[in-house]
Amino acid sequence: MTGQTRTITYRDAVCAGLRDALQRDERVFLMGEDVGRYGGCFAASKGLLDEFGPERVRDTPLSESTFTGAGIGAALGGLRPIVEIMTVNFSLLALDQIMNNAATYLHMSGGLFNVPLVIRMATGGGKQLAAQHSHSLEGWYAHIPGIKVLCTATLEDARGMLWTALQDPDPVLIFEPSILYAMEGELAEGAGAVDIARAKVHRSGNDLTLITYGSCLYKCLDAAEQLSATGIEAEVIDLRSLRPLDEESFLTSVARTHRALIVDEGWRSGSLSAEISARIMEKAFYELDAPVERICSVEVPMPYAKHMEEAALPQVATIVETARRMCGGG
Amino acid sequence: MSDFKAKPGLPLIDREESLYFLRQMLRIRRFEEKSAELYSATKIRGFLHLYIGEEAVGVGVATALDPADAMVATYREHGHAMVRGMGMDAIMAEMYGKVTGCCRGRGGSMHLFDAEHRLYGGNAIVGGGLPVAVGLALADRMQGRKLVTCCCFGEGAMAEGEFHESMNLAALWNLPVLFVCENNYYAMGTALNRSESVVDLTQKAAAYGVDAMAVDGMDVIAVVAAARKAVAQIRATAAPFFLECRTYRFRPHSMFDPELYRSKQEVEGWKQRCPIQSLIRRLQEQGWLDEEALARLEEEITGEISAAVDFAERSEWEPVSELSRFVYSDPEVQ
Ligand SMILES: Cc1ncc(C[n+]2csc(CCOP(=O)(O)OP(=O)(O)O)c2C)c(N)n1
Repeated sequence: MTGQTRTITYRDAVCAGLRDALQRDERVFLMGEDVGRYGGCFAASKGLLDEFGPERVRDTPLSESTFTGAGIGAALGGLRPIVEIMTVNFSLLALDQIMNNAATYLHMSGGLFNVPLVIRMATGGGKQLAAQHSHSLEGWYAHIPGIKVLCTATLEDARGMLWTALQDPDPVLIFEPSILYAMEGELAEGAGAVDIARAKVHRSGNDLTLITYGSCLYKCLDAAEQLSATGIEAEVIDLRSLRPLDEESFLTSVARTHRALIVDEGWRSGSLSAEISARIMEKAFYELDAPVERICSVEVPMPYAKHMEEAALPQVATIVETARRMCGGG
Repeated sequence: MSDFKAKPGLPLIDREESLYFLRQMLRIRRFEEKSAELYSATKIRGFLHLYIGEEAVGVGVATALDPADAMVATYREHGHAMVRGMGMDAIMAEMYGKVTGCCRGRGGSMHLFDAEHRLYGGNAIVGGGLPVAVGLALADRMQGRKLVTCCCFGEGAMAEGEFHESMNLAALWNLPVLFVCENNYYAMGTALNRSESVVDLTQKAAAYGVDAMAVDGMDVIAVVAAARKAVAQIRATAAPFFLECRTYRFRPHSMFDPELYRSKQEVEGWKQRCPIQSLIRRLQEQGWLDEEALARLEEEITGEISAAVDFAERSEWEPVSELSRFVYSDPEVQ
């Protein structure tokens, strides 16, 4: 690394990752709705059609199930497709292909056919898009054996996870929190591929562990800042990979802080946060000084009105309040 | 049909009805222009999909239905809601996110529902409303109600499996569904010929043995005539019908869209065929509409819209304590 950085958006970082992959491996191609002429529904693939042509940046009809299935077929046939589904909400039309084909072929064929496919999609709320455009369903996908599930919260990961995912012999889903596309930050000039197996500690502390991923990372970092002002030092972990879970990272942290608070934009019941909590109970129960707690979205379909949406989503104030209570403060 | 006449050499149209169509189209146009303004003023948020340019389709189709018939629409549905009878107040308040909105501010622009007028959404999953329309028609049929369910969707939805599955099932079970494709030639940035191998959409209906017709969707009188014919046939046979209305959206897909996928000339060309301007010209040729009457109409509509904006402004927000209401019908279930 040169030490030089430049200011770019999360969207630019995604685009840089796509460009890099298309340049480095001619088996790679991108397909999805409006990825070409429109430039991507979040403008993440803007310019790529001109650069790589319509063979490798393919606009598809509105046919989520079929173009995802075609991605599976193309992967079986020797290509390295990147399928973009506009948002996780529409991925439910392709759930059958993801669950019943992509995730099963390797095992079901006795190891004969692996599916080296990457599927990217946006996720999450916060933009007043109501109940058909705002949910965080990545936790559901993390339920499925046979696929890997990543969520890119930072510019480094938005830039670097794609290439690593493309090297994986099996299907990898990458979730991009849509609220982050416009986020600006510094990215190293030489930034490239990153690992996709490990969680990352974004802030260290000894009093409590905040376990999170995606856009809630920033809420946790804000909360940690506020907690620090009142003498509570929180450790903040970005899971990065939701399946497999890097449980060592949070178990090690909890062994030191003795308190765990999980912050997840998904719903609580039967969720990823429940899974993490269970693993802490199973493997670090005797380390705990307080019950594990969770802050999740309220279990309602996402409402449109701003004040209601805010009330439904995890918020910094709740994180601070809960953390303080867990640490014995007010 | 009160006043069915025309000047020599001009096609027959009904005076009162035509003026009604003009009023409805103008109400939609002006309401949406105001909505766009309010969006820029951040009073309305989320996605806002305008129907501007396509008004003749919604007005024409909705007029052909009886009040008891059902409608299923997409996220581009302000016009359908208005013509079916929902007041501007309830729609505007919904887009403000106020509790007096048709869905208590929980749905916003993309999710207008109305039980009284049997509007079953406002669906923002492309293709998501089609199977629902089939089910509504099934319920009517099984319970002996002689009603029609009208399902509006964009041509983009025709690439989804749900379109094909719904057409097949409606035909197979002989269900009274009016499938209305609002073909505006673009699904976001994807032109029809980049999403369909066969661009004559009525041929797809033929594959399921469903009767079909294509109509100029910029001509409200043509749309009404076609829709009436279709509805009459559905009522007579209970079999589904596919109506393609060829139209154009003058505005971006939603509020953010640099429109890289189409040329300014193309948009301008279609604007020359504005359904409202064409109807005004026709009415003027007939001598049925003078400047004064038009100004009065505009004024009435402006009044109706400002009343709706006032209503939305004055309305309350739903208390946050109600957030978990209506997740289940039984309020005790958590
Ligand atoms: C299943 C699904 N996929 C993608 C989207 C994103 N999307 C919203 S509108 C739209 C274009 C739909 O075009 P069309 O059906 O022709 O209707 P129009 O917007 O032109 O009225 C797309 C791709 C969605 N809402 N649902």
